[in-house]
Amino acid sequence: MIKVSNLSKYFDDFCAVDNISFQVEPGEVLGFLGPNGAGKSTTMKMLTGFLSPSAGDISVLGHDMQTDALAAQRLIGYLPEGAPSYSDMTVQSSLEFIGQARGFSGRELGQRIADVVARVELDSVLGKRIENLSKGFRRRLGLAQAILHDPRILILDEPTDGLDPNQKHQVRELIRNLAQDKIVIVSTHILEEVSAVCSRAMILAHGKILFDGTPDELAARSEYHNAITLRVDKLPEGLEQSIAQLPHVTRVQRAEQDQLTIFPEQGQNILAEVNRTLQAHPCQIEELHVEVGRLDDVFRLLTTGKAEDVSA
Amino acid sequence: MNAVNVILKRELASYFATPVAYIFIIIFLMLAGVFTFYLGQFFERGQADLSAFFGFIPWLFIVLVPAVAMRLWSEERRSGTIELLMTLPITTFQVVIGKFLAAWFFVGLALALTFPLWVTVNYLGEPDNGVILAGYLGSWFMSGGFLAIGSCLSATTKNQIVAFILTLVVCFVLVVAGFPIVQDVFSGWAPLWLVDGVSNISFLAHFNAISRGVIDLRDLVYFSVLIAAFLYATALVIDMKKAD
Repeated sequence: MIKVSNLSKYFDDFCAVDNISFQVEPGEVLGFLGPNGAGKSTTMKMLTGFLSPSAGDISVLGHDMQTDALAAQRLIGYLPEGAPSYSDMTVQSSLEFIGQARGFSGRELGQRIADVVARVELDSVLGKRIENLSKGFRRRLGLAQAILHDPRILILDEPTDGLDPNQKHQVRELIRNLAQDKIVIVSTHILEEVSAVCSRAMILAHGKILFDGTPDELAARSEYHNAITLRVDKLPEGLEQSIAQLPHVTRVQRAEQDQLTIFPEQGQNILAEVNRTLQAHPCQIEELHVEVGRLDDVFRLLTTGKAEDVSA
Repeated sequence: MNAVNVILKRELASYFATPVAYIFIIIFLMLAGVFTFYLGQFFERGQADLSAFFGFIPWLFIVLVPAVAMRLWSEERRSGTIELLMTLPITTFQVVIGKFLAAWFFVGLALALTFPLWVTVNYLGEPDNGVILAGYLGSWFMSGGFLAIGSCLSATTKNQIVAFILTLVVCFVLVVAGFPIVQDVFSGWAPLWLVDGVSNISFLAHFNAISRGVIDLRDLVYFSVLIAAFLYATALVIDMKKAD
């Protein structure tokens, strides 16, 4: 378990992380979301022992990061923001270096390198210098060095940034497969990623936690949650008015000529009523679906300061 | 100790991963040759010793050693690999020492490659090889002092050029502190202990003593303390400044 209590970080007068507390249990994949400069990376840097907090405590599986950093760092695999690596080394030698620094040698080191190389598919570039690698390979090398010692805790700062859609998919698969009994903390500003890999989402802005809950709970906060999008070939007379008058319908928005978005009251399901109304107005339905919620909507709502502290 | 070793190996390998190391060694050897034979008038002096070589070593080091030291930390900070390094289960001191030793061994290798000078002087006459060995030892210790200062200054900046210039200036001041030109500035008015103090911090005073073949424990202690102090300062600077 990672336990963070009253953690703050100041850079001179600037408060990057403002008195946050949370716990993460094994098996959880926690996604840090937030606009740039929200304090995600700073929090991760403190979790990994790179920066020392201005105030507060971090305990990593029982090891205090301030007093027992080495023991805590042995348990953590970390991909720093931008996946830095020694550009003048080859992929093979840089993995050897990380492995040796983590105390492996001989056959075990070779076996571990072979394992991670297969896992993140680096075999084609093993002998290449890192400065000649593409961004995708560098990111995967960063992942490889993070998982080389099979850590119980994995902290990944924007692991899919700069990857193409196939590589993104691959990295997400990797995270999902790793996650069984580990603690995984991922930061991202790609919202789809949260629903794709995370079991828990945390929105940070101005160094504070604005939301902490499951991705579904996050989506449920959207105005679009359970909203119905309806497209017909030709909108019948009076349909829009009838739907607008249904109970639990807050408003109907007409997007294009023949497309309606129907918003329900918070938490209400209006599909049945809408369906009945539709049958009373004969028309050709081309599209009808219930929205799960738009994350970018919630994200904007929460992070532009309109929302109060609303931890779920 | 294993961790220091791992860092040391990586650093040494990275010197030779690019042409920089080879260029450095070649320039060092060429300049050493030029200084010894032309400026030092090795042949004209008609003496079987290497004092012509060791007399120029401090000046050679002022320019070349900061060039080795400048990348020690600046490059890590600029490329962000410092974050990778400092989140491994290794202490700051282990990294500082590993990096310093790699640079020190590298300069040691460059020094060792001046062995043709030693061969030459032994071919031409019968030098006191003990004095020559002391000269090499003194040179190596002095380069350690330069490197420790360079390591500390390199930790303060992301810019290698800034690190180079800062180190060069500090090393220059430390070398010339024992010269009459600096001594004269103080001797007119300052109390004797200050004049002595200034001349005592000079690299040159301690180096010259060793390179004359007088291995006084105090001179070795001087360089050792200097190295230890600046490596300690390096670790402090790293912990303070690694965030920016």
